[in-house]
Amino acid sequence: MAHRIEIFTKVNDSKSQVMAKKLQSCGFNISSATVVEVYVINKDFKKSELKEIAEMLSNPVSQKYGIDEAQKEISFNFALEIGFLPGVTDNIATTARETIEDFFKLKFSAEESVHSSMLIFIKGELSEKDVEKIGDNLANSLIQRITIKSHEKFAADNGMDTTVPLVHLSSKPEVDKVDLSISEEELLKLGKEGIPNKDGTRRGPLALEKDSLEVIKKYFAKEDRPPTDIELESLAQTWSEHCKHTIFAAKIDDNERTARVRSDGERSGLAGREQERALQNEQGLYKGYIKKATNDIRKAKARTRSEREGESEDLALPGRAKPEPTKGDFCMSVFSDNAGGIIFDENWIITDKAETHNSPSALDPFGGAITGIIGVNRDCLGFGKGAKPIINKYGFCVGNPFDKEPIYRDAKLTNAALPPHRILEGVIEGVNAGGNCSGIPTPQGFVYFHDGYKGKPLIFVGTIGLIPRKINGKNSWEKKAEKGDKIVVIGGRVGMDGIHGATFSSEALSSGSPATAVQIGDPITQKKFSDAIVKEARDRELYHSITDNGAGGISCSVPEMAKECGGCLVNLEKVPTKYPNLSPWQIWISESQERMTLAVPSEKLTEFEELMAKRDVESTVIGEFTDDGRCVVKFNDEKIMDLAMDFLHEGLPRKSLKTTYTRIEDLPNHKRNPEPDFPEPADLTQTLLNVLARPNICSYEFISTQYDHNVQGGTIIKPLQGRGRVNGVASVTKPFPESTRGVICSQGLNPIYSEIDTYHMAACAIDTAVRNVIAIGGTLDHLALMDNFCWCSSNEPERLGQLKAACEAVYDYAVAYGTPYISGKDSMFNDFKGFDAQGKAVKISVSPTLLISSLGVLDDLTLAVSLDPKFPGDLIYILGETKDELGGSEYFQYQKDLAKSVPENAPKVITKVIPGETFIGNSVPKVDAKSAIKLYRTFRSAVEKRLISSALSPQFGGLGITLAKKAIAGRMGMEIDISKVPGFNSNSRDAPNLLNSNFSTKNKFPPTRLDHLLFSESQSRFVVTIDPKRQAEFEKHFANVPFALLGKTTNNQNFVIKTNNGDNPSKIILKTNIATLDQYYRKTFNRFSE
Amino acid sequence: MKPKILVITGYGINCEEETAKCFNWAGGEAEIVHINDLISSAKKLSNYQIIAFPGGFSYGDDTGSGNALANKIRNNLKDDFLTFLKQDKLVIGICNGMQIMANLGLIPATDMKYGERQAALMRNVHVSLECHWIYIKNISKKCIWTRNIDIIHLPVSHGEGNFYVEPSTLEKMKKNDQIVFKFVNEDGTPANNKFPANPNGAMEDITGICDETGKVFAMMPHPERFNSWTNEDGWELKKEKILREYLAKNAKTDSKDIFANLRFPTEGAGLQIFRNGINYFK
Repeated sequence: MAHRIEIFTKVNDSKSQVMAKKLQSCGFNISSATVVEVYVINKDFKKSELKEIAEMLSNPVSQKYGIDEAQKEISFNFALEIGFLPGVTDNIATTARETIEDFFKLKFSAEESVHSSMLIFIKGELSEKDVEKIGDNLANSLIQRITIKSHEKFAADNGMDTTVPLVHLSSKPEVDKVDLSISEEELLKLGKEGIPNKDGTRRGPLALEKDSLEVIKKYFAKEDRPPTDIELESLAQTWSEHCKHTIFAAKIDDNERTARVRSDGERSGLAGREQERALQNEQGLYKGYIKKATNDIRKAKARTRSEREGESEDLALPGRAKPEPTKGDFCMSVFSDNAGGIIFDENWIITDKAETHNSPSALDPFGGAITGIIGVNRDCLGFGKGAKPIINKYGFCVGNPFDKEPIYRDAKLTNAALPPHRILEGVIEGVNAGGNCSGIPTPQGFVYFHDGYKGKPLIFVGTIGLIPRKINGKNSWEKKAEKGDKIVVIGGRVGMDGIHGATFSSEALSSGSPATAVQIGDPITQKKFSDAIVKEARDRELYHSITDNGAGGISCSVPEMAKECGGCLVNLEKVPTKYPNLSPWQIWISESQERMTLAVPSEKLTEFEELMAKRDVESTVIGEFTDDGRCVVKFNDEKIMDLAMDFLHEGLPRKSLKTTYTRIEDLPNHKRNPEPDFPEPADLTQTLLNVLARPNICSYEFISTQYDHNVQGGTIIKPLQGRGRVNGVASVTKPFPESTRGVICSQGLNPIYSEIDTYHMAACAIDTAVRNVIAIGGTLDHLALMDNFCWCSSNEPERLGQLKAACEAVYDYAVAYGTPYISGKDSMFNDFKGFDAQGKAVKISVSPTLLISSLGVLDDLTLAVSLDPKFPGDLIYILGETKDELGGSEYFQYQKDLAKSVPENAPKVITKVIPGETFIGNSVPKVDAKSAIKLYRTFRSAVEKRLISSALSPQFGGLGITLAKKAIAGRMGMEIDISKVPGFNSNSRDAPNLLNSNFSTKNKFPPTRLDHLLFSESQSRFVVTIDPKRQAEFEKHFANVPFALLGKTTNNQNFVIKTNNGDNPSKIILKTNIATLDQYYRKTFNRFSE
Repeated sequence: MKPKILVITGYGINCEEETAKCFNWAGGEAEIVHINDLISSAKKLSNYQIIAFPGGFSYGDDTGSGNALANKIRNNLKDDFLTFLKQDKLVIGICNGMQIMANLGLIPATDMKYGERQAALMRNVHVSLECHWIYIKNISKKCIWTRNIDIIHLPVSHGEGNFYVEPSTLEKMKKNDQIVFKFVNEDGTPANNKFPANPNGAMEDITGICDETGKVFAMMPHPERFNSWTNEDGWELKKEKILREYLAKNAKTDSKDIFANLRFPTEGAGLQIFRNGINYFK
């Protein structure tokens, strides 16, 4: 029989106090909440043994326990227990079981188990309905079960129930054959809804489209047999958009005309740009734009300087520079592996990879985010022979956290989507648990709020890794499974987790469980094999190849690795499972977490297995690599899959996609967005303060400080900078305590700009990611990028046209800057289809979002520049031009909210962005790469001369917010005269702006209003402070780029902005102090930090 | 002969590499050893002069931080540890290492009762992990590990550092000079349980304690993460100060490279703790 151990905290019970506070702040009328840890021990033990167990699981100094008894000391009205559903990963229980097994030196059988849960005794004036609401607030019914008992019921039952949530699969595993000789209608249904079960239900979407289904049908007609279910499922996984990136691989706008342009550009009079684009489109967005950018950059970097000098300017794209000359190609392994890798120094490579976990995070934010972060760690471990993760990164794009308006997945309004604030809390906690437990610092990340993310959040996770260039004299980034190598899986076991919509029954559930849709990560299982691989097995050369089991599980990782040798044979019954009776196809495609696949040569197998056993890592041989060109799977000796490797990997027909989209420059006026129309605010001080408090601009220190950012001992420029602790946009980390080199990482993302023009949106994202690295001291010569596209409705030609436009910028600007892409990922359908509170159907799509991540190397850490001004009396300069570019700006969004009379103390992001609606405008920031490059190179040489004491590049909120953040960070006052800002002209819209010579662009759009000047989001600018003694040297250094002296830092706490148009005296337009700025900067998320 | 340091790892310990490096820089010879290699007797405690329990998340803090790994050690290696403690040797635990040592009963071990759990490191008052820099003050004359240290600036990064002992234990610890580090403000005044100077709510701001001999020591903040000068929160300001002082002195030098003689510090203040451990054997 099962036993129940309850553990109570007897002193300093902060868990209970925080819980009570949380419930009170949610509006529940409670006076106390007492949190109790519960273990259910599903194995027979004597009373004395249970006592020993309870003592091991509790702390005698601070806790006490009860065994199989109802507590009588705590007074309460309701008891609420939250435990896991069957099959959901329960890490605490696993640790408890191992502790018990180790103590008694015994092993639990498959039918014996430990389960953990949380019990809360609640006192307060509450109805049962209220307590149910509390349960909904604290638990996620997709993965957790909630039990509620009133005081009376608790007394009558003599406590809570002892529930054992074990999985029991009733059916015996079988392999079905699938008849493809069916009508076209039936065939399409098969692709859409999945393979039919005997009871008429379907197994869940294969997501195979008509042309793919027909190719498959033809293949099996040739093979003269019907496919098995596992073969179809396998093809569906391998050919999925997620794995094959079919949209990015497709031909774009392929027609007779473009074909003619391609082949015969010159004679048709369409040489140059259009021919180049036609060639790129034929190759598809990935090969023709992203990969081509990297290839072109690498070629340019590899050429010697003298070769380049002979090249004509024609190579340069209009308005852009030619491929940037640099000190050489630093790419080591790009686009071919789980992550991309560049040179760090003569002995080491750094790798980078960013992923998204959007759908899982929408359902279970904690599980989605933790499996996201530790999943991308495995991409790092799967780079080459295995890189060690050294930096984690995050990016959370979610809906307005103060938006409480519910939306539903179903028309009956019973299945509510999680509100943005719960998604935010969950994903923050998920990355916390995953990153912190893995011992990987998380110094870099961002949050971004927009109503487009209300239905589906975008949850970005990234990992930078480190690997020697040579391991025992061999190139570390190369790997090859050989014929005869054993296929070995290590790490966690396989369950129903992550299988599409499969259902199973168990004793604790009445009907099918959706627990398969989401998973909880187990970072410690992964940490164990991560250490065993990277710190031991790798350098002993115990394997030939390694890769992550991510999407598609072993159905993708094994055939993918088998490409290296030409085939594989898998014995599926060997794969360790969490519980018996899984069907073969389920074992094959399950995405259960914390697993990797390796190719281990026979002669090293014993040594490998012994090492894994010593490190408490489960490793299992599940088959062998072959070279016969077939992917064969057997189950108990029965051949259940036998596909040609060529067909599996290359059989997918290539798509051809049509796009429509007109760029802003080509749109007639009446089709553009209306220009926001509002007067210049009379009170610019309050305006600045309000913009500073906006969620996209304010402090998110509560996230930065709960993520360990200094483990591994290499943090240099931290997530919070200056004595005033302002969130930076880039960070510097030192991978080796003993060296002076650092890794810089940053990112750029501007989704609202997509509402105006996706080309400029992408250009701004690239420029932002690049200039953030420059601002902190980096160089264009050692800087790589990654792309993460998160699009919406990618079956619509207009959205595809936006995608194509973004890719054009992705190519143009990377080539201009000489910053190659080393890895990337896409997620194409971020749309939510559901219902609002009135039952009206709604579709919420994300704004086309492109995250550009940047990875730079800083050769001398002492050159790093933080954002905080260092001393009073330092001079403040702006570098770069400010244009009237407020289209899609945070300031326009603020004005929109103001127009809607949102109370000032509840900052709110826009409710809905649809093209054509007001307050978006058209003046999207544009990037002039040529002048930006000049500025960045000049900036870097100033950094080398140690001329710059502090630097921050304006982003959301523009110059005004940048100055305010710097003042807060340095905790010192500022006196600014903004009339000198390059580009600004308060007198005339048309007057040319001649501040100093050598302007690369004509500024056609000088801001004419002070609010525009303060909040314009023009790119390629820096605000810096310098030692006043070096003024002359500084101004001489920057003589060839636009700059202006704005003022100085002061030793008082006043923040003052003036204008001076020859008036006497000059006019103060904005005046506040550091304490007030600081208060507005922090107040928005104050509540979240508790 | 360099003192040999056993740096324990496994099951989610994650600060072993930087901890070992610090010991090596301080003049020791550190070896990272998996706990299972001790249990299997592949490695012996008796071969080392110092045992270090590094930081990390052993067993993901499940069943209480440090508790599960402490249980594993108690179940398998208890006698080896008790033998080690009887010799003239040193033990240090940092962060998760302190949590493990408290659960193992290595600290405070009042009345020389090694193996008895006398201290708890409970949930931080704000519950979540707290990662920021704090100041701590050494008040112990006895502790070997903290000699020549008064106030030191270090990062904390833990979710369970809220130190608690029963009042009677606290009295004994005070009497025996076993309280080593207390959280203080930047100016050295007591943190008085105020956040963020005291990040976790620890009783009497205590965040480092030793046994009655002063040789067995554990602390929550991370000295190994202040291994070099550029680790410190605010080093950028110190750099600028050094630079300006240098330029003031060298402004008129006609040298081509005006920074030729510019020198920045290199070492971090955290290394002193490791050096104290090594120096004990010199």
